[in-house]
Amino acid sequence: MQCMVCKQNTAKVHFTQIVGDKMQRVDLCEECAKAKGVNDAGSFSFADLLLGISGEKDSAAAGATAVAAAEVDELKCPTCGFTQADFKKNGRLGCPECYNTFADGLEGLLKTMHKGTRHVGKMPMALKAKTDSSERLKSLQKRLEKAVQQEDFELAANLRDEIRQIAPRSSTPAAP
Amino acid sequence: MELINFLSKPSDFSRRTGPNDKIVLSSRVRLARNIRGFAFPGFAKKAERVRAFEVLRPAIEATAAMADRFAGSMDTLDALDKQILVERHLISREHAAKGPGSGIVFNHQEILCVMINEEDHLRMQAIYPGLQLKKAFAAIDALDSDLESRLDYAVSKDLGYLTACPTNLGTGIRVSAMLHLPGLVLAEQINPIIQSVNKLGLAVRGLYGEGTEALGNIFQVSNQMTLGESETDIVARLDKVLAQIIEHEENGRQSLLEKKPKVLFNHIGRAYGVLSNAYSISSKETMNLLSLLRLGHDLGFLPGVERALVDELSIVTQPAHLRKKFSDELQPEERDLLRADMLRERLAGVPRPQCKALGDDASLDKPQE
Repeated sequence: MQCMVCKQNTAKVHFTQIVGDKMQRVDLCEECAKAKGVNDAGSFSFADLLLGISGEKDSAAAGATAVAAAEVDELKCPTCGFTQADFKKNGRLGCPECYNTFADGLEGLLKTMHKGTRHVGKMPMALKAKTDSSERLKSLQKRLEKAVQQEDFELAANLRDEIRQIAPRSSTPAAP
Repeated sequence: MELINFLSKPSDFSRRTGPNDKIVLSSRVRLARNIRGFAFPGFAKKAERVRAFEVLRPAIEATAAMADRFAGSMDTLDALDKQILVERHLISREHAAKGPGSGIVFNHQEILCVMINEEDHLRMQAIYPGLQLKKAFAAIDALDSDLESRLDYAVSKDLGYLTACPTNLGTGIRVSAMLHLPGLVLAEQINPIIQSVNKLGLAVRGLYGEGTEALGNIFQVSNQMTLGESETDIVARLDKVLAQIIEHEENGRQSLLEKKPKVLFNHIGRAYGVLSNAYSISSKETMNLLSLLRLGHDLGFLPGVERALVDELSIVTQPAHLRKKFSDELQPEERDLLRADMLRERLAGVPRPQCKALGDDASLDKPQE
């Protein structure tokens, strides 16, 4: 069997991926597999990264759908102008903002690459403080509602004071 | 200051010691960081990369840890200096190929090193000799905390630190150790070990990182996943796996000594023979044979020899180091001659290896009385 990329060497690396209900098969020689990063566990799981081989193979038949797909696919990062096609080319994103732009497409990819899809660990202090205080505020407000429902007005008053301390400007209505 | 004068001398560098340094050559933790408002280096145009560089470099140079430092832009370093930095594991091969808008800052003794505009805006690493992952993490964590007040990091609450490649997203951390595993290689146990380490979600690579071969029986083990697991958990997981690999390597060496002492001694004796008698030798062969000499030292076959000598030779016999010492114009064949001269000279005072494990057989090596 011939390598699908260089069309010279014998294909030794065979790669099958099921996308939706379609099976894609890629046969590569060792050099091309290496060049395309198929050996690299981080990036091998997306056959379309390789070449868009499936589209090239039966381009006549796929022509019409490819055009339609191109229009839909032409998602572009408003900040840096990076497109999905760029990502397929080298597996790197354009700028930090791309993570918002391509969030939907990335979710599945992150699942295959990582232990989870939500960050656990270090955060810059400034961001951490902001996140912490907004979470604390939420929990205090919940407790306040509950206290009011249970007519525990002493507790409610204490909670209200605590909330005022964290968010003195927001959420405090002007005194009557 | 000239690069070569700032770098530690190979003779000093090879004298550094750390826990378990018979097997663990070094421990390294690197963090990937980017700043808001700039495209990632691989996608940014040259002008934007240069603008980012102008923001990044002064911020790094202002940190306390980098008070005593070497800093340079890649276009001001010549090709030979860049190659020396690669041979010292301070920059990647990819980074060595970069020009204006990319750079490097590292401190005295090369413990901390920051690559500017490699794949990410910042790739910062801490390296310590021996098995000291926690110490390396603490050092790079401190530098990162210092930098976060000086730079506007690109970070999201849900995804953590944003990186050019999604494989580094989250913590942006790569924890790795450089391991010398001749015992497992000679006992032909290395492949199953690599496979089981891979199954634990860790990568095993060669001497110069991604896509390089394991010259001199040196392997790099590192984490692959960076999102969904905290830095301290990743460090702890690596520590645990490394402890097991160390045990396997020690067992491998011990069982070779007990079951196949002649095979072992044959390798080490031949390595000594070639290194101390060759008149032309390639860098690759040198690396592989010095690895066996190091093993011989660890097993007590080379009494009176400092391991630092072997480690120093594995630095100074590398191509760029030879060119720096002799001449930039050296052709590979000329380097092979000079390398052999250097090895013969430095090993002239080293007596032949002695293998006690061979017991009575060893007497065959001694002159008849």
